[in-house]
Amino acid sequence: MSDVIFDVRDVTLRFGGVVSLNDVTLHHLRGEILAVIGPNGAGKTSLFNSLTGVYQPQEGSITFVGRNEKSVSVIGRKAHRVASAGVARTFQASRMFSALTAFENVKIGAENHHGFGVVGAMLRGPRTRRDDRLSDERTVELLRFVGLTDRANTIAASLSYGERRRLEIARGLATNPQVLLLDEPAAGTNPSEKVELTNLIRRVRDEMGVTILLIEHDMKLVMSLAERLYVLNFGSVIAEGTPEEIRANPVVIEAYLGSSATQAGGS
Amino acid sequence: MRAFLERRSLRRLLITLGVVATVELMTGPPGSNQAPTSGFSGSFGESASFFGLFRTQRWVTFFAVALVLWGLTNFWMANGARVRQRTNLVVSRPRELSQRGPVRWGFALVLLVVALLLPHIETAAFWESAMVTYIAIYILLAIGLNVVVGFAGLLDLGYVAFYAIGAYTTAWVTGALPTPALFHHPLNPFWAIPIAIVIVMIAGVILGAPTLRLRGDYLAIVTLGFGEIVTIFANNLYGITGGSLGTKPIPHPSIHLGPLKYVWGLTPVPYYYLTLAFVVLFLVVFSLLERSRIGRAWTAIREDEVAAESVGINPLKFKVMAFAIGAASAGFAGVVTASADTYIFPSSFTLQFSINILVLVILGGMGSIAGVVLGAIIIQTIQAYLTHSPPAGYQAQDLYIYLGALLITMMIFRPAGLLPSRRRKREIALSEVSHEGHLDEVLTGDDT
Repeated sequence: MSDVIFDVRDVTLRFGGVVSLNDVTLHHLRGEILAVIGPNGAGKTSLFNSLTGVYQPQEGSITFVGRNEKSVSVIGRKAHRVASAGVARTFQASRMFSALTAFENVKIGAENHHGFGVVGAMLRGPRTRRDDRLSDERTVELLRFVGLTDRANTIAASLSYGERRRLEIARGLATNPQVLLLDEPAAGTNPSEKVELTNLIRRVRDEMGVTILLIEHDMKLVMSLAERLYVLNFGSVIAEGTPEEIRANPVVIEAYLGSSATQAGGS
Repeated sequence: MRAFLERRSLRRLLITLGVVATVELMTGPPGSNQAPTSGFSGSFGESASFFGLFRTQRWVTFFAVALVLWGLTNFWMANGARVRQRTNLVVSRPRELSQRGPVRWGFALVLLVVALLLPHIETAAFWESAMVTYIAIYILLAIGLNVVVGFAGLLDLGYVAFYAIGAYTTAWVTGALPTPALFHHPLNPFWAIPIAIVIVMIAGVILGAPTLRLRGDYLAIVTLGFGEIVTIFANNLYGITGGSLGTKPIPHPSIHLGPLKYVWGLTPVPYYYLTLAFVVLFLVVFSLLERSRIGRAWTAIREDEVAAESVGINPLKFKVMAFAIGAASAGFAGVVTASADTYIFPSSFTLQFSINILVLVILGGMGSIAGVVLGAIIIQTIQAYLTHSPPAGYQAQDLYIYLGALLITMMIFRPAGLLPSRRRKREIALSEVSHEGHLDEVLTGDDT
């Protein structure tokens, strides 16, 4: 299992008496496009927030294998440290820096936020200038990659939903991640934007070598994109497999359509 | 003429009359116990000059002013859009020009030359000292607070604490406190400058590290408490600070560095140049910071802390940094105040003082260095003028009535300040529409 990127074992997350994730165990292989699906309230976004250090599960372990095969325990780490270890994400309701331009949004992601360097920044030393140029170049490159070059100087709030999704992906990629977590990237996009997005996500994996973890409601998109799926319901993993296996799994059909559907199908 | 008889126009007349009557009452004579209505009747009935032409009752003058104002607003409502369109060509150009590097530097250079020549242009003793004590000090404080409030978006209501710590550090280093001086060897206030700046920045970190985990209102309350704690300590620790009686005299700064010898004395002009040098230094440093990755990280945190964290920005680290950096200029301002005023008292470091600095920042334009400097110059010049040559019946606390009115007017017509930063302006526009739901109308679109 040396090529596992996320190893989640027996994770339980509670908010007071509400159990949001119940004994979740899953693994994510490096280079794989993995999807987590499930009805509303199944705990998908809670899982995402646990993987990125926003929530701290009470039980279990989450191990992330980052750069140079270094294992990192996610639980107990602040979100910004998980991010700098190589986990990038997008948000369900996209969270841009709305008053900044698309270019600035991506550039903030591309910049190195470690160390202080206040003096360098104040004096605009040669190193600061070089770093600045490098992040500019990276930003231009990423905007081209997601197809937003001509929107570079547009402020984020006036981009369309589809463009915002792509911008968020570019911002995530700018942090030079090992894995990119996408929280319902297709929400609020139109059919043609969905096709573009599917292609973009595949290109992120193929051309940038970034592993993808996806939460999505749109079954068509998930089934065409994901190589393997986990199904969550009421905070527990109820099924795992390839899209074909999941589609044929009676437990999944029951979770999505109710129990009478399976009975009708069975009889 | 018909336009003047419309309902909307008549309503404007009533509003104008109301505002003018309020101003009339505010500027009128005070009442007394014996005749409670005398203030009221005096405000309207007292004889006053009609713009120097003839003498009549006050209400006639004010009524005339109200009518003129009403006429102007009506004209503006009817023709404003056309006028604005025509003047746009002229008015919008300086802003475009100011975007260009060489022009901006040239402009800054001209301002610097004016600032350097100012003590030779205005040589009245009052204004020479006012340039330091009323204006330059406040510019320093305002640009420092702007780093905290404008750049990092943290509402700090206890900013005076850093100013007080700077001033008391000067007193301590020069041996003017009951406690023995640093190293048991009184130093010259000139050397207090680096020491005070470092100590104030450390104080910023000490205050920031535990409190900056809080957000919004909570942070404002805690900083308010910190400001009060510092003042109360200064007031009550007799053995350390000298208590409410203040410090022993603090000497004037001097330099003795090989051939370089200079002693700052009682005249304010040398202080002006010393302060000006530091104002320029802080201006350059802060504007470079704003444009650096640190400034961008501050913006990211201000806009969306969760998203900022998701790209690897540690919000606490950058907030503490803003606190410490913003405190630095207050620390220096404290040194200048202490050594120029000779004595310092806890009563100068009040909550009101923190609020005053905040008003300068808000009026000038949060997050815009040029705006904040302009705000500080305008407000403080008015304040100095009113103190120096008060109009009849003016009392010191009246200032706050006018400042309050100015602030309310600004919030209605220019909520982002006199010279708003472009980012802030957009943020305010965005937050307004997100409540009303017509995003596309307000967004200007491309930002090239």
